[in-house]
Amino acid sequence: MGLTCSSCKKKSIVDLYHVEKTSSNQVIVALAGNPNTGKSTIFNELTGLKQHTGNWPGKTVTNAKGFYTRKDKEFILVDLPGTYSLFANSVEEEVARDFICFAKPDATIVVVDATCLERNLNLALQVMEITDNVILCVNLLDEAEKKHIQIDLKKLSNELGIPVVGTVARNRKGLEVLMDTVYNVCTKKIIPKPKPMIYPEAIETELQKILSMIEPLVPSGFNPRWIALRLLDGDTDILDKITHYTDCKGACNHA
Amino acid sequence: MHEENKISSSDIFRDDIVTSIYNRAKEISEAVVNAPKQKTLDWNNKLDDILTSKWTGFPIMLLILCFIFWLTIVGANIPSAMLSRILFWIEDKLTEIFIFFDAPSWLHGILVLGMYRTGAWVVSVMLPPMAIFFPCFTLLEDFGYLPRVAFNLDRLFKKAGTHGKQALTMAMGFGCNAAGVVACRIIDSPRERLIATLTNNFVPCNGRFPTLIALSMILIGATVHSPFVSFLTSGIVILLVLSGIAVTFIVSYILSKTILKGTPSTFNLELPPYRRPQIGKVIVRSIFDRTLFVLGRAVSVALPAGAITWLVANIMIGDASILNHISGFLDPFGIAIGLDGVIILAFILGLPANEIVLPIIFMSYLSKGAMIELDTIEEMRNVFISNDWTWLTCLNVMLFSLFHFPCGTTLWTIRKETQSLKWTVASFIIPTIVAIIVCFSTTRIVYWFI
Repeated sequence: MGLTCSSCKKKSIVDLYHVEKTSSNQVIVALAGNPNTGKSTIFNELTGLKQHTGNWPGKTVTNAKGFYTRKDKEFILVDLPGTYSLFANSVEEEVARDFICFAKPDATIVVVDATCLERNLNLALQVMEITDNVILCVNLLDEAEKKHIQIDLKKLSNELGIPVVGTVARNRKGLEVLMDTVYNVCTKKIIPKPKPMIYPEAIETELQKILSMIEPLVPSGFNPRWIALRLLDGDTDILDKITHYTDCKGACNHA
Repeated sequence: MHEENKISSSDIFRDDIVTSIYNRAKEISEAVVNAPKQKTLDWNNKLDDILTSKWTGFPIMLLILCFIFWLTIVGANIPSAMLSRILFWIEDKLTEIFIFFDAPSWLHGILVLGMYRTGAWVVSVMLPPMAIFFPCFTLLEDFGYLPRVAFNLDRLFKKAGTHGKQALTMAMGFGCNAAGVVACRIIDSPRERLIATLTNNFVPCNGRFPTLIALSMILIGATVHSPFVSFLTSGIVILLVLSGIAVTFIVSYILSKTILKGTPSTFNLELPPYRRPQIGKVIVRSIFDRTLFVLGRAVSVALPAGAITWLVANIMIGDASILNHISGFLDPFGIAIGLDGVIILAFILGLPANEIVLPIIFMSYLSKGAMIELDTIEEMRNVFISNDWTWLTCLNVMLFSLFHFPCGTTLWTIRKETQSLKWTVASFIIPTIVAIIVCFSTTRIVYWFI
């Protein structure tokens, strides 16, 4: 038998973030966003599920999973806990980050609150550092309108380099466009090209140094620049996880 | 990859990284957002000033709680009576059918007097209050009031050495303790999470609410006859809820000073904006998702329990039924804490779901004595009185129901969440001890005065 997955100590990380695809027509889509931006509402509207929604942050504590079909694809939608960042300061942040990092969803929708875009964009920018396939969903446009806030979605899309969709999830407004956009990203009809974050020179120099060292070592599927950044900010935990993840995957394949 | 680990990392880099991201976010949002200058005070802030103020926060919280209970009690009365009249009319018809076919009396006993009657009781007593209480609560949640409650209670929780978010887990507990225990995951520190888990049971879940409401109606009906009965009834329920919360604080405090020592961690609770609740959707959702779900579970537990209760009450060993033997055995203990053997047995049989405790007590009394038509609180009261209940018994049953061990589902959930048999056992023993102490001392104190 040799090494099997069950003999692997850290199999949990593979299992935890492993979403079973039963056919090649299935794609995985993650739903990330700040707390209380309406992720669960979008999740319910898209999947027809009735995940409990409520007007308080931290309501979603687990990764809820749901399904919907669009054209020829079946979408597995995963509702991540609401977080303000992905620095793994709390369990929720770790869960959200690890899912995007290890489950490798075909697309990640970042839901942002139109009434406080600036704060919400922090998370979007961080997600864009891990994966390219990001769609920004600017939700709660009705509340923004009430406060006379106008957002130039086209310009936002240009600035970020990723598709942007405006929605009012409670009334299903814009959800069709969102689903089409997700479909197009998953089928590579749209290829988001997130503009990379440019850091101050001191950091960039260090980054290049680290990158040249680790690039050959980084397993495929992980973004070397992002890992280099984590090394810079002293997050060793993610390294252990990646090491165990690849070890375990390897063990599984050899068994 | 171990070589890379040696590269020293410094906090300066992290700060710079975070700052860069924030600056970029600011840059982009300034480029794309066109917003009017923020008015210094909008109604959101004004409302927050009132709802979370030191002076008005608590009274408003109490008033809202009072209003919901009052609405539940007043609103549930009439549909409850109607439902039970219909359901017990059906029982009569069923009995006639059994007589018509000359069915054996034990079959009629198990199916009609045991299963059907318990089921009918659960439906008629539980459905109307839940159909009012849940939507009210969900409306408040949708509006954005719950985080303000957590904010208000935070100071108290901090004094008890625990986490302010515990208030949110308690709010979930009002719906269902198992859901409340799952909600404890929002607390990051394991110590505080464990305290919240262990004490969640002290907020009465909807399985126990109907019991508390029915008993307080019986209690009040027994002593006062006035148009203010519904106010008094909701007053009693609120006192019970408040004492549950008080015990939560006390037990949390004791735990955080003894076996779960530590300092409370700070947390950032974002107060979300108030949003107009989607009334139609909320009502439909809370009735279908919560009310019918909980009711379905209660009925599915009540049916077998009803059959067992009927069998236990009607199978004779020697000169008495099994029920009499067991309750006789439990009687000395029951009476010592102001209850009786039947009540203790009902709480034990009610472990799978608290909803059926009162029906079991009922069935047990009925199967012992004469048959009575039961469609009003008044008649329920007569059954209890003829079984030696006093107002003290009634009060003790309410207290025991409020404080005793969690239901089977909750225990199973705690086992799953804590991954520890030890803490599961603790979550069973701690409330049970509290319930016994409270009932015992209440009884002693009352006897002292009378």
